[in-house]
Amino acid sequence: MVLGRVLDEKFATLYRAGKIHGGVFLGRGQEALSVAVGMQLQPGDVYAPLIRDQAGRLAFGETVLDAARTYMGSALGPMRGRDGNVHRGRPKAGYIPMISHLGSNIAVVNGALLAKRMKGQNGVVGAACIGEGATSTGAFHESLNQAAIECLPLVLVVANNQFAYSTPASRQFACEALVDKAPGYGVTGHSVVGNDLVQCLAVLRGAIDAARNGGGPQFVEATLLRLCGHGEHDDAGYISQEHKDSPLGRDCLKIAEEQLLKAGVADSDTVRQWRNEVVLEVDDAIAKVQREPAPDPYQEDWCALASRHLQETHSHLED
Amino acid sequence: MSITYLEAIREAQARALADDPRVFIYGQDVGAFGGAFKATKNLANEYPGRVIDAPISEDAMIGMAVGAAVEGMRPIIEMQFADFSTVGFNQIVNQAATLHWRTRVSCPIVVRLPSGGTSGSGPFHSQSMEALYAQYPGLVVMTPATVEDAYSMLLEAVAIDDPVIFCEHKYLYYHLKADRLPTEALPTGKAAIARTGRDLSIVAYSAMVHEALAVAEELSGEGWEIEVVDLRSVKPLDTDTVMASVARTGRLLAVGESWPWGGVTAEVVARVASEGFNLLDAPPQRLNAKDTPIPYHPNLWTVHRPTARSIAAAARQLLRS
Ligand SMILES: Cc1ncc(C[n+]2csc(CCOP(=O)(O)OP(=O)(O)O)c2C)c(N)n1
Repeated sequence: MVLGRVLDEKFATLYRAGKIHGGVFLGRGQEALSVAVGMQLQPGDVYAPLIRDQAGRLAFGETVLDAARTYMGSALGPMRGRDGNVHRGRPKAGYIPMISHLGSNIAVVNGALLAKRMKGQNGVVGAACIGEGATSTGAFHESLNQAAIECLPLVLVVANNQFAYSTPASRQFACEALVDKAPGYGVTGHSVVGNDLVQCLAVLRGAIDAARNGGGPQFVEATLLRLCGHGEHDDAGYISQEHKDSPLGRDCLKIAEEQLLKAGVADSDTVRQWRNEVVLEVDDAIAKVQREPAPDPYQEDWCALASRHLQETHSHLED
Repeated sequence: MSITYLEAIREAQARALADDPRVFIYGQDVGAFGGAFKATKNLANEYPGRVIDAPISEDAMIGMAVGAAVEGMRPIIEMQFADFSTVGFNQIVNQAATLHWRTRVSCPIVVRLPSGGTSGSGPFHSQSMEALYAQYPGLVVMTPATVEDAYSMLLEAVAIDDPVIFCEHKYLYYHLKADRLPTEALPTGKAAIARTGRDLSIVAYSAMVHEALAVAEELSGEGWEIEVVDLRSVKPLDTDTVMASVARTGRLLAVGESWPWGGVTAEVVARVASEGFNLLDAPPQRLNAKDTPIPYHPNLWTVHRPTARSIAAAARQLLRS
């Protein structure tokens, strides 16, 4: 959680300094939920995080270097400068790289799970993460229904952070709670307060275990608040003070720290030390990546096909 | 006063809302927020109930526009990025595009597509979709390259009784400025001669018009006079103006920002080759983006799509042939 937060903050700083091409999207306020998903997945599982899942990605096993290289456009990163920021993954490690089109990755997770079942690999789960805005897509409906029909071990985690860009949740759905949709699809629903780490860990463990043990798709609605703009270009002036002052507006990191202190797992010195350690780790990684080569367009392999011999070449006027 | 391409789009929508009670705007974050690019800034305030925030449901957004059009309304749909219109593709090409042909009931909707590449935007926020939509019968596809055209063509798009795909280029949003809004304009379907010349015709549209103009300027220093044709709309495509230009210059280079297979440039070359072969002093050429998704990193992006640099190289080669 702390590493995710610190890394996000570093990207925001680099963005403000003009050192990142394109947008920067933070998971501020969503780390407890995100990490509860990422850390409870196992090797062999499938994970399709979204834009606010830095913490979960790291917990799932992404390295700080992979994240930094993608954001900084290093040629050595997993996306080689071809794609950037949150659009990264390692498909062969079960880490599905998102495309922008919201809702599209849920069915991809379904496909991976179906294939694993066909190959006789049981006891795996796939987690797909979306925001409440993406529940308005046709893709959401089609893929949740598909998972239910096939009884796939999908855990669909919806971070209901109250806003999709500027649009309030009341303009996305008219039901009382998103979790109310679950029975209509024939899947099990769970709800959780998304800024409470202890709750998130327990509820996500329950959902992930249920899916792993043959309980079919699990739908989790986490209620929280986005504590940042949609991206770093956005001041989120549309989020009211009332929202920010509500219990949902409490920072999950603060809540987690209180929970640790109360449980006697760590004292505040330890927490401070963790933060210091990850600040160093992040600074080192960024310093390293800043010295790495950017992609060279003249060395670039302009081929979109795996079947190289089928790639067309066009116009001799191209250089 | 100075007005940008983006402001012209906002002003055209304000004017359409003011002039015609049948017009309404529907799109994600277009209401109080004023749209991801602020193309609808303050319009929700000024026209209460007529600038409506949509859920993230592109298929249903277009479908709803078609239904409203059947009821006599003139909806303008804003896609947050052109790339997301693929999610509404079915409704555009199968509902909107076929309605009039099947039923004689027209479908006057406008779908605004913030299109084209900008640095660092990557494969899913950079696409140019004009060729895809132009392929389908029943659609008008506009690709304005100037502030004046952004304004007057959007107003015309609203007035046209057919579905219009309005490809507005994000790169031009802030880069282009004009002194004032136009009071008259060429009709849709007419290309414009953006610069006259006699040695080579560069046929372009949208942001590529400006790359072509920069090339014409650069090559004028080498003694070449390059004519630049701005197609303005790619469907209908003004073959007459293109052919007249090639008749003057004898050489054709068609330039487009989207991918090389098929598309607008292929259409231009095919028409000139089949209808004006004897006008040509050299084989007609075309220049497009590379045949890969649009890369995120600026180093790759600037080489992926045509730029003044690559267009100038192609033009020199063609002038010498
Ligand atoms: C199909 C599609 N339409 C529009 C967009 C543009 N868009 C990007 S993020 C976003 C809001 C997403 O809100 P939500 O799903 O609630 O996730 P959050 O950002 O709140 O985490 C929108 C509209 C998109 N990415 N995909």
